[in-house]
Amino acid sequence: MSHPQSRFGIHGGQYIPETLMNACIELEKAYNYYKVDPDFQRELNELLNDYAGRPSRLYYAAKMTRDLGGAKIYLKREDLNHTGAHKINNVLGQALLAKKMGKTRLIAETGAGQHGVATATAAALMDMACVVFMGQEDTVRQALNVYRMRLLGATVVPVTSGTATLKDAVSEAMREWTRRIDDTHYCLGSVMGPHPFPTMVRDFQAVISQEIRQQLLEREGRLPDAVLACVGGGSNAIGSFYHFINDPTVRLIGCEAAGRGVDTTETAATIATGRLGIFHGMKSYFCQDQYGQIAPVYSISAGLDYPGVGPEHAYLHDIGRAEYVPVTDEEAVEAFEYLSRTEGIIPAIESAHAVAYAMKLAPKMRPDQLLVITISGRGDKDCAAIARYRGEDIHE
Amino acid sequence: MSNIAQAFAHGKAFIPFITCGDPDLDTTAALVKGMADAGADLIELGIPFSDPTAEGPVIQEANLRALQGGVTTDKIISMVRTLRKTVKIPLVFMTYANVVFSYGSERFIRTCAELGMDGLILPDVPYEEKEEFRPLCQQYGLDLISMIAPTSEDRIAMIAREASGFIYIVSSLGVTGERSQISTDINPLTEAIRKVSQTPCAVGFGISTPEQARTMAAQADGAIVGSAIVRQIARYGKDALPPVTEFVREMKQAVRSLS
Repeated sequence: MSHPQSRFGIHGGQYIPETLMNACIELEKAYNYYKVDPDFQRELNELLNDYAGRPSRLYYAAKMTRDLGGAKIYLKREDLNHTGAHKINNVLGQALLAKKMGKTRLIAETGAGQHGVATATAAALMDMACVVFMGQEDTVRQALNVYRMRLLGATVVPVTSGTATLKDAVSEAMREWTRRIDDTHYCLGSVMGPHPFPTMVRDFQAVISQEIRQQLLEREGRLPDAVLACVGGGSNAIGSFYHFINDPTVRLIGCEAAGRGVDTTETAATIATGRLGIFHGMKSYFCQDQYGQIAPVYSISAGLDYPGVGPEHAYLHDIGRAEYVPVTDEEAVEAFEYLSRTEGIIPAIESAHAVAYAMKLAPKMRPDQLLVITISGRGDKDCAAIARYRGEDIHE
Repeated sequence: MSNIAQAFAHGKAFIPFITCGDPDLDTTAALVKGMADAGADLIELGIPFSDPTAEGPVIQEANLRALQGGVTTDKIISMVRTLRKTVKIPLVFMTYANVVFSYGSERFIRTCAELGMDGLILPDVPYEEKEEFRPLCQQYGLDLISMIAPTSEDRIAMIAREASGFIYIVSSLGVTGERSQISTDINPLTEAIRKVSQTPCAVGFGISTPEQARTMAAQADGAIVGSAIVRQIARYGKDALPPVTEFVREMKQAVRSLS
């Protein structure tokens, strides 16, 4: 029988080789033990606060609000975290857990490099070995992050199989985990994969919505009307949504990467274009062909360039609790430039997808309504690629 | 109940694996006939998947070659339909959950039964998720093959008790592919299985030489070889029939003398 805690509606589960089953069971047991252990929680909170710089700011974007002429816009500044993205929230949790479990080595996949950098950082901090799998194509798109990971002491393995992007990095990390389980923890970077990862990663990222809730109640005395976040696997989005799921007045909007458009094959918008399937350990929505072959997806954003979506998002979509909207490369690049000029904040190209949809939505909302955008990461890593997109060849 | 038991009726079984459509389906059909004639007791037919997470590089590349050659589940089904007229030994499909699920699990499994397939191996479907496919397999008389790994430990009895067809023992950690040495002692696994089940056990992952096949088969009821054969196909392409049948003959010889 499928483990009932492993499911979000029909989604989720543990579709993995038998070789990995005991590792996932052991991980689940350890996680269930430590998540209620006050010492573990204290240690994790210290790391999140003193090392990662939490709580992150909730910034009132006055100029953007004025310019767009609608809802009052707040930015949740996950880009201000140590290592420059929300990824560190999850990684500190998993690395600490792995350490408690007696593991000495972390492996991870990475797309844009943010999760790889965060994992390499935690490994350096906690004296663990670290190997990061990264699609060959992404090592070129995100060369700076490859250097950062190496600087932090990690080994970066370029993955050349398949499409040489994020999904192949996940596959290769899974293969490596089946080779070496005893001393190794697979530090998965998103709310995806087999149980317990989607639940555990969500819990570690839920600090985002916990803080938004508290900070907005302090500032405005009420809950937001809409929360927007970008969705690849969906970890910053589920983190931003989680503590609002039971508040039906709060619209939860996930912004998917449409690439060159949902009517083209060069897209990564899973909920808009995918269908139900089983891959990378989970049942969820995937971009695939009629025979179930996983589609080679595309987005300008290496971090959203993934053919699936986390099972809890698939469920929130099924029950209509969250909305998922596609945002094209062009719209994201415009938003990247807009936020830079308007607020002096350069967002990650991933986060720019959420900014782009906010630019459409905010003017349609009333000035007394509140809209929160999670800026999941900072955009320094993207400057060279965006310059290239605009026809300017700069060297990093 | 399928015909899989027959595969273990002639002493220790030799079970080769090939990827359908690598390099093309005509070659696959010829290889299946050739291997059956050379003494294969059961053949695993791989339906290629874009992202085979349990495979090492050799079978990954075979999957890619087959898909690039335009092979689809439907084309493989028509090939097997013709092939079944002449090949009588047990045949099982080995593929990934999404290939079956996206075809429509019931439609796929019903078609397998109509084709005369005997079983299905899905390496990304562990015990906990087998309800997704097993009731359908039982309904249409196919065996959903259970896998047991060196890490299974306390899970062995639970898995073995419900196993049917044969039990696929994964020889070592990691993905498929030849290994110069297989250090796992299979005996404790087979002993734990034997306490609760009489289902035959075949060992796979990493076996490439007659000596390895003998060592592994001695501790079980058969040996499974994939990558070593797929490597020959990668090397010889459409001309792979002679070297592959020769290899199968040699391997069957090596395990046969054990019984």
